[in-house]
Amino acid sequence: MSLDAAAVQQRIEAKFPGKITSAELEVTDPFLVIDNAAIVEVGTFLRDEPELAFDMLHCHSAVDYLELKEPEKARIEVVLHLTSLKHRHWIVLKVMLPRDNPKTPTLENIWPTANWHEREAYDLFGIEFEGHSDLRRIFLPEDWAGHPLRKDWEWPDEWHGIAVKPDEKFSQRAMEGENIGVGPFD
Amino acid sequence: MSSQTQYKDLEPDEAYAFKPEDLEPDEMILNMGPQHPSTHGVLRIELKTDGEIVKDAQPHIGYLHRNFEKHAENIDYQGVIPFTDRMDYVGSMNNSLTYAVAVEKLMEIEVNERVQSIRVITSELQRIASHLLALGTYGMDIGAFTPFLHSFREREKILDLFEWLCGARLLYNYNWIGGLSHDLPNQWTDRAKIFLDQFEPVIDELDNLLSYNKIFTKRTADVGIIPPERAVGYALTGPNLRGSGIKWDIRKEDPYCGYEKYEFDVPVGQGRYGPIGSCWDRYYVRVEEMRQSVRITRQAIEQMPAEGDVRETVPKRVKPKPGEAYGRTEAPRGELGFYVVSDGGLIPYRVKGRSPCFVAMSIFREIAKGEMIADMIAIIGSLDIVLGEIDR
Repeated sequence: MSLDAAAVQQRIEAKFPGKITSAELEVTDPFLVIDNAAIVEVGTFLRDEPELAFDMLHCHSAVDYLELKEPEKARIEVVLHLTSLKHRHWIVLKVMLPRDNPKTPTLENIWPTANWHEREAYDLFGIEFEGHSDLRRIFLPEDWAGHPLRKDWEWPDEWHGIAVKPDEKFSQRAMEGENIGVGPFD
Repeated sequence: MSSQTQYKDLEPDEAYAFKPEDLEPDEMILNMGPQHPSTHGVLRIELKTDGEIVKDAQPHIGYLHRNFEKHAENIDYQGVIPFTDRMDYVGSMNNSLTYAVAVEKLMEIEVNERVQSIRVITSELQRIASHLLALGTYGMDIGAFTPFLHSFREREKILDLFEWLCGARLLYNYNWIGGLSHDLPNQWTDRAKIFLDQFEPVIDELDNLLSYNKIFTKRTADVGIIPPERAVGYALTGPNLRGSGIKWDIRKEDPYCGYEKYEFDVPVGQGRYGPIGSCWDRYYVRVEEMRQSVRITRQAIEQMPAEGDVRETVPKRVKPKPGEAYGRTEAPRGELGFYVVSDGGLIPYRVKGRSPCFVAMSIFREIAKGEMIADMIAIIGSLDIVLGEIDR
Protein backbone atom coordinates (compact mmCIF):
# COMPACT_ATOMS: atom_id res chain seq x y z
CA MET A 1 0.00 0.00 0.00
CA SER A 2 1.38 3.36 -0.97
CA LEU A 3 1.86 5.85 1.80
CA ASP A 4 2.02 9.62 1.47
CA ALA A 5 4.50 11.86 3.26
CA ALA A 6 2.16 12.55 6.19
CA ALA A 7 1.73 8.83 6.87
CA VAL A 8 5.49 8.27 6.71
CA GLN A 9 5.98 11.20 9.09
CA GLN A 10 3.49 9.67 11.51
CA ARG A 11 5.31 6.35 11.54
CA ILE A 12 8.73 7.92 12.08
CA GLU A 13 7.25 10.17 14.81
CA ALA A 14 5.79 7.11 16.58
CA LYS A 15 9.10 5.24 16.53
CA PHE A 16 11.52 8.14 17.07
CA PRO A 17 9.65 10.95 18.83
CA GLY A 18 11.19 14.38 18.27
CA LYS A 19 13.65 13.30 15.60
CA ILE A 20 11.75 15.07 12.81
CA THR A 21 12.74 18.66 13.38
CA SER A 22 10.37 20.07 10.77
CA ALA A 23 8.27 18.97 7.83
CA GLU A 24 6.87 20.61 4.71
CA LEU A 25 3.89 18.72 3.35
CA GLU A 26 2.17 21.39 1.24
CA VAL A 27 4.87 21.77 -1.44
CA THR A 28 5.44 20.01 -4.79
CA ASP A 29 7.68 17.34 -3.27
CA PRO A 30 6.87 17.02 0.45
CA PHE A 31 9.94 16.61 2.63
CA LEU A 32 10.85 15.76 6.22
CA VAL A 33 13.84 17.25 8.01
CA ILE A 34 15.57 14.66 10.16
CA ASP A 35 17.90 15.32 13.08
CA ASN A 36 21.48 14.76 11.92
CA ALA A 37 22.35 12.52 14.90
CA ALA A 38 19.41 10.18 14.19
CA ILE A 39 19.68 9.82 10.42
CA VAL A 40 21.24 6.35 10.51
CA GLU A 41 18.55 4.93 12.84
CA VAL A 42 15.75 6.58 10.86
CA GLY A 43 17.25 5.37 7.58
CA THR A 44 17.57 1.80 8.81
CA PHE A 45 14.00 1.92 10.10
CA LEU A 46 12.71 3.26 6.77
CA ARG A 47 14.47 0.50 4.87
CA ASP A 48 13.61 -2.43 7.15
CA GLU A 49 10.05 -1.65 8.31
CA PRO A 50 7.91 -3.85 5.99
CA GLU A 51 5.19 -1.24 5.72
CA LEU A 52 7.63 1.43 4.51
CA ALA A 53 10.37 -0.61 2.74
CA PHE A 54 12.31 2.30 1.24
CA ASP A 55 14.85 0.04 -0.41
CA MET A 56 16.25 2.43 -2.99
CA LEU A 57 18.12 5.68 -2.42
CA HIS A 58 17.65 6.98 -5.92
CA CYS A 59 19.02 10.47 -5.56
CA HIS A 60 21.41 12.04 -3.08
CA SER A 61 22.12 15.74 -3.41
CA ALA A 62 23.58 18.54 -1.36
CA VAL A 63 22.62 22.20 -1.51
CA ASP A 64 24.58 25.09 -0.06
CA TYR A 65 22.47 27.94 1.36
CA LEU A 66 24.68 30.93 1.97
CA GLU A 67 21.80 33.19 3.16
CA LEU A 68 23.76 36.44 3.17
CA LYS A 69 20.80 38.41 4.51
CA GLU A 70 20.15 36.06 7.44
CA PRO A 71 23.51 34.53 8.34
CA GLU A 72 22.03 32.52 11.20
CA LYS A 73 20.07 30.50 8.60
CA ALA A 74 23.17 29.58 6.57
CA ARG A 75 23.35 25.82 6.14
CA ILE A 76 24.19 22.91 3.87
CA GLU A 77 21.33 20.53 3.19
CA VAL A 78 21.80 16.89 2.30
CA VAL A 79 18.72 15.82 0.36
CA LEU A 80 17.80 12.13 0.07
CA HIS A 81 15.17 10.94 -2.41
CA LEU A 82 13.99 7.49 -1.34
CA THR A 83 11.80 5.08 -3.27
CA SER A 84 10.14 1.86 -2.31
CA LEU A 85 9.98 -0.56 -5.22
CA LYS A 86 7.63 -2.78 -3.25
CA HIS A 87 4.99 -0.22 -2.28
CA ARG A 88 5.67 2.25 -5.10
CA HIS A 89 5.85 5.34 -2.90
CA TRP A 90 8.60 7.85 -2.38
CA ILE A 91 9.73 10.40 0.17
CA VAL A 92 12.27 13.21 0.48
CA LEU A 93 14.43 13.47 3.60
CA LYS A 94 16.68 16.37 4.45
CA VAL A 95 19.51 16.78 6.90
CA MET A 96 20.67 20.27 7.87
CA LEU A 97 24.38 20.76 8.50
CA PRO A 98 26.37 23.82 9.58
CA ARG A 99 28.31 25.50 6.78
CA ASP A 100 31.61 25.41 8.60
CA ASN A 101 32.86 21.90 9.14
CA PRO A 102 29.76 19.95 8.00
CA LYS A 103 29.74 16.38 9.28
CA THR A 104 27.14 13.65 8.98
CA PRO A 105 27.23 9.89 9.43
CA THR A 106 27.60 7.83 6.27
CA LEU A 107 24.61 5.93 4.90
CA GLU A 108 26.60 3.45 2.80
CA ASN A 109 25.82 0.60 5.19
CA ILE A 110 22.09 1.12 4.64
CA TRP A 111 22.11 1.87 0.89
CA PRO A 112 25.42 0.88 -0.75
CA THR A 113 24.80 3.36 -3.56
CA ALA A 114 25.48 6.16 -1.06
CA ASN A 115 29.19 5.36 -1.29
CA TRP A 116 29.77 7.21 -4.57
CA HIS A 117 27.11 9.84 -3.97
CA GLU A 118 28.78 10.77 -0.71
CA ARG A 119 32.15 10.95 -2.39
CA GLU A 120 30.59 13.36 -4.85
CA ALA A 121 29.14 15.50 -2.06
CA TYR A 122 32.53 15.45 -0.30
CA ASP A 123 34.27 16.47 -3.50
CA LEU A 124 31.99 19.32 -4.50
CA PHE A 125 30.72 20.51 -1.10
CA GLY A 126 33.31 19.40 1.43
CA ILE A 127 30.83 17.47 3.57
CA GLU A 128 32.61 14.96 5.75
CA PHE A 129 30.81 11.61 5.98
CA GLU A 130 31.86 9.96 9.22
CA GLY A 131 32.65 6.27 8.91
CA HIS A 132 32.81 6.32 5.09
CA SER A 133 35.01 3.51 3.79
CA ASP A 134 36.69 5.42 0.98
CA LEU A 135 36.22 9.18 1.30
CA ARG A 136 38.29 10.55 -1.57
CA ARG A 137 37.56 13.09 -4.26
CA ILE A 138 35.71 11.49 -7.16
CA PHE A 139 35.64 14.03 -10.01
CA LEU A 140 38.31 16.61 -9.26
CA PRO A 141 42.03 15.98 -8.90
CA GLU A 142 43.14 14.99 -5.40
CA ASP A 143 45.00 18.26 -4.99
CA TRP A 144 42.26 20.60 -6.19
CA ALA A 145 41.72 23.58 -3.90
CA GLY A 146 38.33 23.95 -2.21
CA HIS A 147 34.89 22.61 -3.07
CA PRO A 148 33.45 24.30 -6.20
CA LEU A 149 29.72 23.99 -5.55
CA ARG A 150 30.03 25.99 -2.33
CA LYS A 151 28.47 29.34 -3.08
CA ASP A 152 31.48 31.23 -1.71
CA TRP A 153 34.08 29.20 -3.60
CA GLU A 154 36.73 31.24 -5.35
CA TRP A 155 38.50 30.36 -8.58
CA PRO A 156 42.14 29.43 -8.09
CA ASP A 157 44.46 31.44 -10.35
CA GLU A 158 46.20 28.39 -11.72
CA TRP A 159 46.53 24.65 -11.27
CA HIS A 160 49.95 23.16 -12.00
CA GLY A 161 50.69 26.00 -14.36
CA ILE A 162 47.33 25.75 -16.19
CA ALA A 163 45.31 28.97 -16.06
CA VAL A 164 41.86 27.99 -14.83
CA LYS A 165 40.30 31.31 -13.82
CA PRO A 166 37.94 32.84 -16.38
CA ASP A 167 39.38 36.16 -17.47
CA GLU A 168 37.16 39.05 -16.43
CA LYS A 169 38.81 41.27 -18.99
CA PHE A 170 37.53 38.98 -21.72
CA SER A 171 33.89 39.36 -20.74
CA GLN A 172 34.37 43.10 -20.33
CA ARG A 173 35.79 43.37 -23.83
CA ALA A 174 32.86 41.38 -25.20
CA MET A 175 30.44 43.67 -23.38
CA GLU A 176 32.10 46.71 -24.89
CA GLY A 177 31.31 45.39 -28.33
CA GLU A 178 34.70 44.13 -29.43
CA ASN A 179 34.56 41.26 -31.91
CA ILE A 180 36.52 38.61 -30.08
CA GLY A 181 35.69 35.65 -32.31
CA VAL A 182 35.46 32.04 -31.34
CA GLY A 183 38.21 29.76 -30.14
CA PRO A 184 40.87 29.64 -27.47
CA PHE A 185 40.71 32.86 -25.53
CA ASP A 186 43.57 34.69 -23.91
CA MET B 1 45.86 34.40 -3.03
CA SER B 2 43.82 33.11 -0.10
CA SER B 3 44.66 29.83 1.56
CA GLN B 4 41.64 28.17 -0.06
CA THR B 5 42.98 28.66 -3.56
CA GLN B 6 46.30 26.90 -2.92
CA TYR B 7 46.81 23.41 -4.19
CA LYS B 8 49.29 21.04 -2.69
CA ASP B 9 51.70 19.11 -4.86
CA LEU B 10 51.09 15.40 -4.81
CA GLU B 11 53.40 12.48 -5.22
CA PRO B 12 52.70 10.72 -8.54
CA ASP B 13 51.60 7.45 -6.95
CA GLU B 14 48.77 9.17 -5.05
CA ALA B 15 46.72 8.70 -8.21
CA TYR B 16 46.63 4.98 -7.42
CA ALA B 17 44.16 3.38 -5.04
CA PHE B 18 46.23 0.20 -4.69
CA LYS B 19 49.75 0.50 -3.33
CA PRO B 20 52.61 -1.72 -4.56
CA GLU B 21 53.73 -2.38 -0.98
CA ASP B 22 50.33 -3.95 -0.12
CA LEU B 23 50.47 -6.53 -2.91
CA GLU B 24 50.66 -10.24 -2.22
CA PRO B 25 53.19 -12.31 -4.17
CA ASP B 26 52.04 -12.88 -7.79
CA GLU B 27 49.74 -9.84 -7.71
CA MET B 28 50.13 -6.97 -10.10
CA ILE B 29 48.54 -3.56 -10.65
CA LEU B 30 47.26 -2.99 -14.17
CA ASN B 31 45.81 0.22 -15.58
CA MET B 32 43.00 -0.07 -18.09
CA GLY B 33 42.40 3.26 -19.78
CA PRO B 34 41.84 6.20 -19.73
CA GLN B 35 42.42 5.88 -23.46
CA HIS B 36 40.99 2.46 -24.16
CA PRO B 37 38.47 1.83 -26.95
CA SER B 38 36.23 -0.44 -24.95
CA THR B 39 35.82 1.83 -21.94
CA HIS B 40 33.34 3.88 -24.03
CA GLY B 41 35.03 7.15 -23.18
CA VAL B 42 37.77 8.30 -20.89
CA LEU B 43 37.52 5.93 -17.98
CA ARG B 44 40.47 4.51 -16.07
CA ILE B 45 40.13 1.25 -14.22
CA GLU B 46 42.84 0.17 -11.88
CA LEU B 47 42.97 -3.61 -11.67
CA LYS B 48 44.71 -5.71 -9.09
CA THR B 49 45.33 -8.96 -10.88
CA ASP B 50 46.64 -12.38 -10.05
CA GLY B 51 47.45 -13.85 -13.43
CA GLU B 52 44.22 -13.60 -15.39
CA ILE B 53 41.99 -13.21 -12.34
CA VAL B 54 40.92 -9.74 -11.21
CA LYS B 55 41.27 -9.56 -7.42
CA ASP B 56 40.02 -5.98 -7.13
CA ALA B 57 39.07 -3.18 -9.47
CA GLN B 58 38.84 0.52 -8.78
CA PRO B 59 37.28 2.80 -11.39
CA HIS B 60 38.67 6.34 -11.60
CA ILE B 61 36.27 8.81 -13.16
CA GLY B 62 36.31 12.56 -13.67
CA TYR B 63 38.36 12.87 -16.86
CA LEU B 64 35.39 14.52 -18.60
CA HIS B 65 34.25 16.52 -15.59
CA ARG B 66 32.95 19.96 -16.59
CA ASN B 67 30.89 20.63 -13.48
CA PHE B 68 27.63 21.07 -15.31
CA GLU B 69 25.99 21.89 -11.99
CA LYS B 70 28.21 24.95 -11.46
CA HIS B 71 27.52 26.13 -15.01
CA ALA B 72 23.80 25.76 -14.39
CA GLU B 73 24.04 28.11 -11.41
CA ASN B 74 25.32 30.86 -13.70
CA ILE B 75 22.90 30.82 -16.64
CA ASP B 76 19.15 31.19 -16.97
CA TYR B 77 16.76 28.24 -16.92
CA GLN B 78 16.37 27.81 -20.69
CA GLY B 79 20.13 28.19 -21.10
CA VAL B 80 20.75 25.02 -19.11
CA ILE B 81 19.14 22.85 -21.81
CA PRO B 82 22.13 22.73 -24.20
CA PHE B 83 24.27 21.70 -21.24
CA THR B 84 21.93 18.82 -20.41
CA ASP B 85 22.21 17.67 -24.07
CA ARG B 86 25.92 17.26 -23.52
CA MET B 87 25.58 14.99 -20.49
CA ASP B 88 24.48 11.78 -22.20
CA TYR B 89 25.49 12.75 -25.71
CA VAL B 90 23.96 9.68 -27.35
CA GLY B 91 20.59 10.19 -25.65
CA SER B 92 20.22 13.96 -25.78
CA MET B 93 16.47 14.07 -26.39
CA ASN B 94 15.82 12.31 -23.10
CA ASN B 95 18.16 14.58 -21.16
CA SER B 96 16.57 17.83 -22.22
CA LEU B 97 13.15 16.25 -21.78
CA THR B 98 13.94 15.36 -18.18
CA TYR B 99 15.17 18.84 -17.37
CA ALA B 100 12.09 20.36 -19.02
CA VAL B 101 9.84 18.00 -17.06
CA ALA B 102 11.56 18.97 -13.79
CA VAL B 103 11.26 22.73 -14.36
CA GLU B 104 7.68 22.36 -15.60
CA LYS B 105 6.89 20.51 -12.38
CA LEU B 106 8.46 23.36 -10.42
CA MET B 107 6.50 26.00 -12.36
CA GLU B 108 3.32 23.90 -12.54
CA ILE B 109 3.13 24.12 -16.34
CA GLU B 110 0.92 21.62 -18.15
CA VAL B 111 1.98 21.15 -21.77
CA ASN B 112 -0.66 20.35 -24.38
CA GLU B 113 -1.23 16.91 -25.86
CA ARG B 114 0.54 17.55 -29.13
CA VAL B 115 3.73 18.49 -27.29
CA GLN B 116 3.40 15.40 -25.12
CA SER B 117 2.98 13.12 -28.13
CA ILE B 118 5.94 14.64 -29.98
CA ARG B 119 8.04 14.27 -26.86
CA VAL B 120 7.11 10.60 -26.60
CA ILE B 121 7.91 9.99 -30.28
CA THR B 122 11.28 11.70 -30.15
CA SER B 123 12.33 10.14 -26.87
CA GLU B 124 11.37 6.64 -28.01
CA LEU B 125 13.23 7.06 -31.29
CA GLN B 126 16.17 8.30 -29.26
CA ARG B 127 15.92 5.23 -27.07
CA ILE B 128 16.10 3.01 -30.16
CA ALA B 129 19.12 4.95 -31.46
CA SER B 130 20.84 4.73 -28.10
CA HIS B 131 20.17 1.01 -27.71
CA LEU B 132 21.41 0.39 -31.26
CA LEU B 133 24.66 2.09 -30.34
CA ALA B 134 24.88 0.14 -27.09
CA LEU B 135 24.24 -3.23 -28.75
CA GLY B 136 26.44 -2.58 -31.76
CA THR B 137 29.43 -1.50 -29.73
CA TYR B 138 28.80 -4.28 -27.23
CA GLY B 139 29.07 -6.84 -29.99
CA MET B 140 32.23 -5.17 -31.20
CA ASP B 141 33.76 -5.20 -27.71
CA ILE B 142 33.17 -8.94 -27.53
CA GLY B 143 34.57 -9.49 -31.01
CA ALA B 144 31.58 -9.47 -33.37
CA PHE B 145 32.09 -6.72 -35.92
CA THR B 146 29.13 -7.23 -38.28
CA PRO B 147 26.24 -6.34 -35.91
CA PHE B 148 27.92 -2.99 -35.33
CA LEU B 149 27.61 -2.10 -39.01
CA HIS B 150 23.97 -3.22 -39.13
CA SER B 151 22.99 -1.26 -36.06
CA PHE B 152 24.82 1.88 -37.14
CA ARG B 153 23.09 1.75 -40.51
CA GLU B 154 19.73 1.83 -38.71
CA ARG B 155 20.83 4.44 -36.16
CA GLU B 156 21.83 6.71 -39.02
CA LYS B 157 18.24 6.73 -40.26
CA ILE B 158 17.00 7.94 -36.87
CA LEU B 159 19.68 10.62 -36.80
CA ASP B 160 18.55 11.71 -40.28
CA LEU B 161 15.00 12.04 -38.98
CA PHE B 162 16.26 14.16 -36.07
CA GLU B 163 18.38 16.27 -38.40
CA TRP B 164 15.31 17.00 -40.46
CA LEU B 165 13.42 17.78 -37.27
CA CYS B 166 15.78 20.24 -35.64
CA GLY B 167 18.93 20.60 -37.69
CA ALA B 168 21.23 18.67 -35.39
CA ARG B 169 22.23 15.03 -35.36
CA LEU B 170 23.36 14.55 -31.77
CA LEU B 171 22.78 17.64 -29.62
CA TYR B 172 19.30 18.87 -30.36
CA ASN B 173 18.19 21.62 -27.95
CA TYR B 174 14.70 20.56 -29.01
CA ASN B 175 12.74 20.13 -25.78
CA TRP B 176 12.21 23.51 -24.19
CA ILE B 177 10.71 24.38 -20.84
CA GLY B 178 6.97 24.47 -21.55
CA GLY B 179 7.13 23.15 -25.08
CA LEU B 180 9.35 22.46 -28.07
CA SER B 181 11.62 24.61 -30.17
CA HIS B 182 9.42 24.07 -33.22
CA ASP B 183 6.73 21.82 -34.67
CA LEU B 184 7.23 18.69 -36.75
CA PRO B 185 8.03 19.31 -40.42
CA ASN B 186 5.44 18.32 -43.04
CA GLN B 187 5.24 14.56 -43.60
CA TRP B 188 7.77 13.87 -40.87
CA THR B 189 5.47 11.36 -39.21
CA ASP B 190 4.98 9.55 -42.55
CA ARG B 191 8.71 9.14 -42.89
CA ALA B 192 8.94 8.03 -39.26
CA LYS B 193 6.27 5.40 -39.95
CA ILE B 194 8.17 4.16 -43.01
CA PHE B 195 11.25 3.86 -40.82
CA LEU B 196 9.36 1.89 -38.16
CA ASP B 197 7.91 -0.52 -40.75
CA GLN B 198 11.32 -1.09 -42.20
CA PHE B 199 13.09 -1.28 -38.83
CA GLU B 200 10.88 -3.81 -37.06
CA PRO B 201 12.11 -6.84 -39.09
CA VAL B 202 15.68 -5.60 -38.66
CA ILE B 203 15.41 -6.12 -34.89
CA ASP B 204 14.84 -9.84 -35.52
CA GLU B 205 17.73 -9.82 -37.95
CA LEU B 206 20.04 -8.23 -35.38
CA ASP B 207 18.71 -10.60 -32.75
CA ASN B 208 19.50 -13.65 -34.88
CA LEU B 209 22.86 -12.25 -35.84
CA LEU B 210 24.25 -11.80 -32.34
CA SER B 211 22.07 -12.86 -29.41
CA TYR B 212 22.29 -16.64 -29.74
CA ASN B 213 25.77 -16.84 -31.20
CA LYS B 214 27.65 -19.43 -29.20
CA ILE B 215 30.77 -17.33 -28.69
CA PHE B 216 28.65 -14.37 -27.60
CA THR B 217 26.57 -16.34 -25.09
CA LYS B 218 29.69 -18.02 -23.67
CA ARG B 219 31.32 -14.65 -23.17
CA THR B 220 28.31 -13.02 -21.50
CA ALA B 221 26.05 -15.61 -19.86
CA ASP B 222 27.96 -16.33 -16.65
CA VAL B 223 29.71 -13.01 -16.34
CA GLY B 224 29.03 -9.93 -14.22
CA ILE B 225 26.05 -11.30 -12.35
CA ILE B 226 24.13 -8.71 -10.34
CA PRO B 227 21.71 -10.33 -7.87
CA PRO B 228 18.39 -8.45 -7.60
CA GLU B 229 18.90 -7.27 -4.01
CA ARG B 230 22.32 -5.80 -4.84
CA ALA B 231 20.87 -4.07 -7.90
CA VAL B 232 18.27 -2.38 -5.70
CA GLY B 233 20.80 -1.54 -2.98
CA TYR B 234 23.03 0.14 -5.54
CA ALA B 235 19.95 1.89 -6.98
CA LEU B 236 20.55 0.63 -10.50
CA THR B 237 17.77 1.63 -12.88
CA GLY B 238 16.74 1.02 -16.43
CA PRO B 239 17.91 -2.07 -18.36
CA ASN B 240 20.56 -2.78 -15.70
CA LEU B 241 17.90 -3.18 -13.00
CA ARG B 242 15.43 -4.95 -15.27
CA GLY B 243 18.18 -7.33 -16.37
CA SER B 244 18.24 -8.55 -12.75
CA GLY B 245 14.59 -9.50 -13.07
CA ILE B 246 12.96 -6.51 -11.38
CA LYS B 247 10.03 -4.94 -13.17
CA TRP B 248 10.55 -1.21 -12.62
CA ASP B 249 10.07 1.40 -15.28
CA ILE B 250 9.42 5.09 -14.58
CA ARG B 251 7.16 5.19 -17.63
CA LYS B 252 4.83 2.80 -15.78
CA GLU B 253 5.45 3.78 -12.14
CA ASP B 254 5.48 7.56 -12.40
CA PRO B 255 4.10 8.35 -15.87
CA TYR B 256 5.06 11.61 -17.56
CA CYS B 257 4.14 12.96 -21.01
CA GLY B 258 1.04 10.78 -21.02
CA TYR B 259 2.80 7.40 -21.08
CA GLU B 260 -0.19 5.94 -19.25
CA LYS B 261 -2.13 6.15 -22.55
CA TYR B 262 0.11 3.71 -24.38
CA GLU B 263 0.20 -0.05 -24.23
CA PHE B 264 3.61 -1.60 -23.81
CA ASP B 265 5.35 -4.32 -21.82
CA VAL B 266 8.32 -3.99 -19.54
CA PRO B 267 10.82 -6.69 -20.51
CA VAL B 268 12.90 -8.17 -17.69
CA GLY B 269 15.83 -10.56 -17.53
CA GLN B 270 14.72 -14.20 -17.66
CA GLY B 271 18.00 -15.99 -17.10
CA ARG B 272 17.76 -17.90 -20.38
CA TYR B 273 21.51 -18.34 -20.47
CA GLY B 274 23.10 -18.65 -17.04
CA PRO B 275 21.77 -17.01 -13.88
CA ILE B 276 19.44 -13.98 -13.82
CA GLY B 277 21.27 -10.66 -13.87
CA SER B 278 24.10 -11.70 -16.17
CA CYS B 279 25.55 -9.54 -18.94
CA TRP B 280 23.44 -11.47 -21.46
CA ASP B 281 20.22 -10.61 -19.61
CA ARG B 282 21.07 -6.91 -19.57
CA TYR B 283 21.92 -7.09 -23.26
CA TYR B 284 18.70 -8.86 -24.14
CA VAL B 285 16.49 -6.46 -22.18
CA ARG B 286 17.75 -3.75 -24.55
CA VAL B 287 16.84 -5.83 -27.61
CA GLU B 288 13.33 -6.34 -26.26
CA GLU B 289 13.02 -2.66 -25.33
CA MET B 290 13.59 -1.65 -28.94
CA ARG B 291 10.54 -3.72 -29.91
CA GLN B 292 8.48 -1.97 -27.22
CA SER B 293 9.75 1.44 -28.31
CA VAL B 294 8.57 0.75 -31.85
CA ARG B 295 5.17 -0.15 -30.40
CA ILE B 296 4.96 3.04 -28.34
CA THR B 297 6.09 5.24 -31.23
CA ARG B 298 3.41 3.75 -33.51
CA GLN B 299 0.69 4.44 -30.94
CA ALA B 300 1.98 7.96 -30.27
CA ILE B 301 1.97 8.83 -33.99
CA GLU B 302 -1.53 7.37 -34.28
CA GLN B 303 -2.95 9.29 -31.31
CA MET B 304 -1.17 12.59 -31.88
CA PRO B 305 -3.61 15.49 -32.23
CA ALA B 306 -3.27 17.19 -35.61
CA GLU B 307 -3.63 20.68 -34.19
CA GLY B 308 -1.81 22.38 -31.35
CA ASP B 309 0.76 25.08 -30.80
CA VAL B 310 4.00 23.57 -29.55
CA ARG B 311 5.04 26.89 -28.02
CA GLU B 312 1.68 27.56 -26.39
CA THR B 313 2.97 27.17 -22.84
CA VAL B 314 6.59 28.29 -23.31
CA PRO B 315 6.94 31.05 -20.70
CA LYS B 316 8.29 34.41 -21.86
CA ARG B 317 10.42 34.56 -18.76
CA VAL B 318 11.22 31.45 -16.77
CA LYS B 319 11.06 32.64 -13.19
CA PRO B 320 9.74 29.95 -10.85
CA LYS B 321 8.68 30.89 -7.37
CA PRO B 322 11.00 29.74 -4.57
CA GLY B 323 10.81 26.02 -4.13
CA GLU B 324 12.24 22.76 -5.36
CA ALA B 325 11.19 19.84 -7.51
CA TYR B 326 12.62 16.52 -8.58
CA GLY B 327 11.63 15.48 -12.08
CA ARG B 328 12.49 12.07 -13.43
CA THR B 329 12.05 10.14 -16.65
CA GLU B 330 13.09 6.80 -18.04
CA ALA B 331 16.12 7.60 -20.17
CA PRO B 332 17.73 4.85 -22.32
CA ARG B 333 20.17 4.13 -19.50
CA GLY B 334 17.76 4.27 -16.59
CA GLU B 335 16.20 6.80 -14.32
CA LEU B 336 17.48 10.23 -15.15
CA GLY B 337 16.46 12.92 -12.69
CA PHE B 338 16.99 16.60 -12.14
CA TYR B 339 16.63 18.14 -8.72
CA VAL B 340 16.03 21.83 -9.33
CA VAL B 341 16.03 24.40 -6.53
CA SER B 342 14.76 27.90 -7.20
CA ASP B 343 15.26 30.98 -5.02
CA GLY B 344 12.76 32.96 -7.08
CA GLY B 345 15.39 34.43 -9.38
CA LEU B 346 16.05 34.13 -13.10
CA ILE B 347 18.84 31.60 -12.71
CA PRO B 348 18.55 28.25 -10.94
CA TYR B 349 19.88 28.17 -7.40
CA ARG B 350 20.94 24.56 -7.76
CA VAL B 351 20.53 21.89 -10.42
CA LYS B 352 21.55 18.37 -9.52
CA GLY B 353 21.62 15.76 -12.23
CA ARG B 354 20.95 12.22 -11.08
CA SER B 355 22.85 10.17 -13.61
CA PRO B 356 21.97 6.49 -14.17
CA CYS B 357 25.47 5.75 -15.53
CA PHE B 358 27.17 7.19 -12.44
CA VAL B 359 25.16 4.81 -10.29
CA ALA B 360 25.76 1.87 -12.65
CA MET B 361 29.50 2.47 -12.51
CA SER B 362 29.48 2.42 -8.71
CA ILE B 363 28.53 -1.27 -8.65
CA PHE B 364 31.40 -2.15 -10.99
CA ARG B 365 33.92 -2.83 -8.22
CA GLU B 366 31.63 -5.35 -6.61
CA ILE B 367 30.79 -7.34 -9.73
CA ALA B 368 34.30 -7.22 -11.18
CA LYS B 369 35.94 -9.10 -8.31
CA GLY B 370 36.85 -12.65 -9.23
CA GLU B 371 36.25 -12.28 -12.96
CA MET B 372 38.86 -12.51 -15.73
CA ILE B 373 40.56 -9.49 -17.25
CA ALA B 374 38.83 -10.03 -20.61
CA ASP B 375 35.46 -10.06 -18.81
CA MET B 376 35.98 -6.47 -17.65
CA ILE B 377 35.21 -5.42 -21.23
CA ALA B 378 32.04 -7.51 -21.27
CA ILE B 379 30.89 -6.04 -17.93
CA ILE B 380 31.54 -2.40 -18.86
CA GLY B 381 29.75 -2.84 -22.18
CA SER B 382 26.76 -4.52 -20.58
CA LEU B 383 26.31 -1.66 -18.09
CA ASP B 384 26.08 0.68 -21.12
CA ILE B 385 27.82 3.69 -19.65
CA VAL B 386 28.38 7.07 -21.23
CA LEU B 387 31.20 8.99 -19.62
CA GLY B 388 29.74 12.38 -20.45
CA GLU B 389 26.95 11.61 -18.04
CA ILE B 390 29.06 9.96 -15.34
CA ASP B 391 31.43 12.90 -15.10
CA ARG B 392 28.91 15.60 -15.94
